[in-house]
Amino acid sequence: MTLPSDSFSTEEALPAEEAFSAKLSIQDLNFYYGKFQALNHINLDIPANCVTAFIGPSGCGKSTLLRTFNRMFELYPEQRAVGRILLDGEDLLASRQDVALIRARIGMVFQKPTPFPMSIFDNIAFGVKLFESLSRIDMEERVEWALKKAALWDEVKDKLPQSGASLSGGQQQRLCIARCIAIRPEILLLDEPCSALDPISTARIEELIAELKADYTVIIVTHNMQQAARVSDYTAYMYLGDLVEFGETGQMFFKPSRRETEDYITGRFG
Amino acid sequence: MSEKHLSSQFDSDLTSVSTKLMEMGGLIEIQIQNAIQALAQFSVPLALEVMIAEDRVDAMEVAIDHALTTIIARRQPAARDLRLLLAISKITTNLERAGDEADKIARRVKSIVESNDARKMPIGDLRVASQMAVTLIRRALDAFARLDMDAAVSILREDDLIDQEFKGFTRKLITYMMEDPRTIGDSLNLLFLAKAIERIGDHAKNIAEFIIYIVKGTDVRHSSLTQIESVIR
Repeated sequence: MTLPSDSFSTEEALPAEEAFSAKLSIQDLNFYYGKFQALNHINLDIPANCVTAFIGPSGCGKSTLLRTFNRMFELYPEQRAVGRILLDGEDLLASRQDVALIRARIGMVFQKPTPFPMSIFDNIAFGVKLFESLSRIDMEERVEWALKKAALWDEVKDKLPQSGASLSGGQQQRLCIARCIAIRPEILLLDEPCSALDPISTARIEELIAELKADYTVIIVTHNMQQAARVSDYTAYMYLGDLVEFGETGQMFFKPSRRETEDYITGRFG
Repeated sequence: MSEKHLSSQFDSDLTSVSTKLMEMGGLIEIQIQNAIQALAQFSVPLALEVMIAEDRVDAMEVAIDHALTTIIARRQPAARDLRLLLAISKITTNLERAGDEADKIARRVKSIVESNDARKMPIGDLRVASQMAVTLIRRALDAFARLDMDAAVSILREDDLIDQEFKGFTRKLITYMMEDPRTIGDSLNLLFLAKAIERIGDHAKNIAEFIIYIVKGTDVRHSSLTQIESVIR
């Protein structure tokens, strides 16, 4: 039995026995915004074909961590990551691979739906065309497949030529997920995918997340702890750039081993 | 680190339901005390009082369950809050059942008095166990109010003593009945009363186990005392 203590380190935050196979292995990762260190020595294995949720108060580094996984931070010259992020054993940070290829393997969906200003069909086809040259029929099949995977097909199949912006917020977010999975990534990063959505659309996306984990490794950042409890298999709690605790979700919400985690998830934090 | 929630309303909801549980516990304590007194004095008025209190206890059980479901629906509690609410629900059930045992004792006392068998009943042997049972219920409620695990463990230990008393008493009754079959009727009455007292002790023990569950998050039901002691260490 682990008793809470006053100090914490990322080593302690790891579960004692890791029975899963790691899709993504983060090793001693530090992240800097200029001189400000936003992530401190993060060590964490993210299991394959599971949903892993990151929770923590604003500014704790969970979105920052997510953005290191597909090197999104490289768009800003003053930001840098030091450490290793292994995708199936290959270090993404040291990789000379084209970042576009990395992002094809690790797709990302953002807080606000970001449909391209083009038709529903082209929203999906656009990304696919960057990586594959498909015949018209194959492309139509791919678009249909992605829209079905994202549980959107039945709602849009008769209006594929219409603008993506004509859809509702929840539909637009599912369109973004469809766009993401159309290029068949291995990992899906979801950065607060439901924060701009109503409860029904949220429930649809959560249902979708549960289905997607059969084929993908899903990583979700959410402010909504109940959402983390509902959709994830594993939960990581972060605070001030530290990974405080990582564990199986049921256990984290019933009996976390760290007092800091318990105070946060029971609403005592502050 | 804080004991209080960011939402003070949540704190007051939890305090309110804990207070209701303690009120119910107080009521049960009086009910058991009266039942034992009714038995010691073969007093029908006291026995009737116990039986009347049963309705109030039932109403309190319903009120506490309602308060619990409301908190769960509105707050979606987690971790120690969730454990506290689950434990309160189980403790309420145990208290209500301990009250049922008091009610059974009262009813039996009334029927013994009405059948004019009261004078020849050797109830002295039940005095020790019944006092122990009342004390255990009171201490279990105190331990809950303070979430005191050491007190909880000592309740578990003492419930074993009541169980031993009950076994010894049963053996004694068997001897009586074998020696003189005319004592069988009285002995069965005594056995019934002793069983009710023993069950009250068991409910105190269950409450103590839930205190450990709240604090440690470990379900220690059906565990040996040695296992439980290793959990809280």
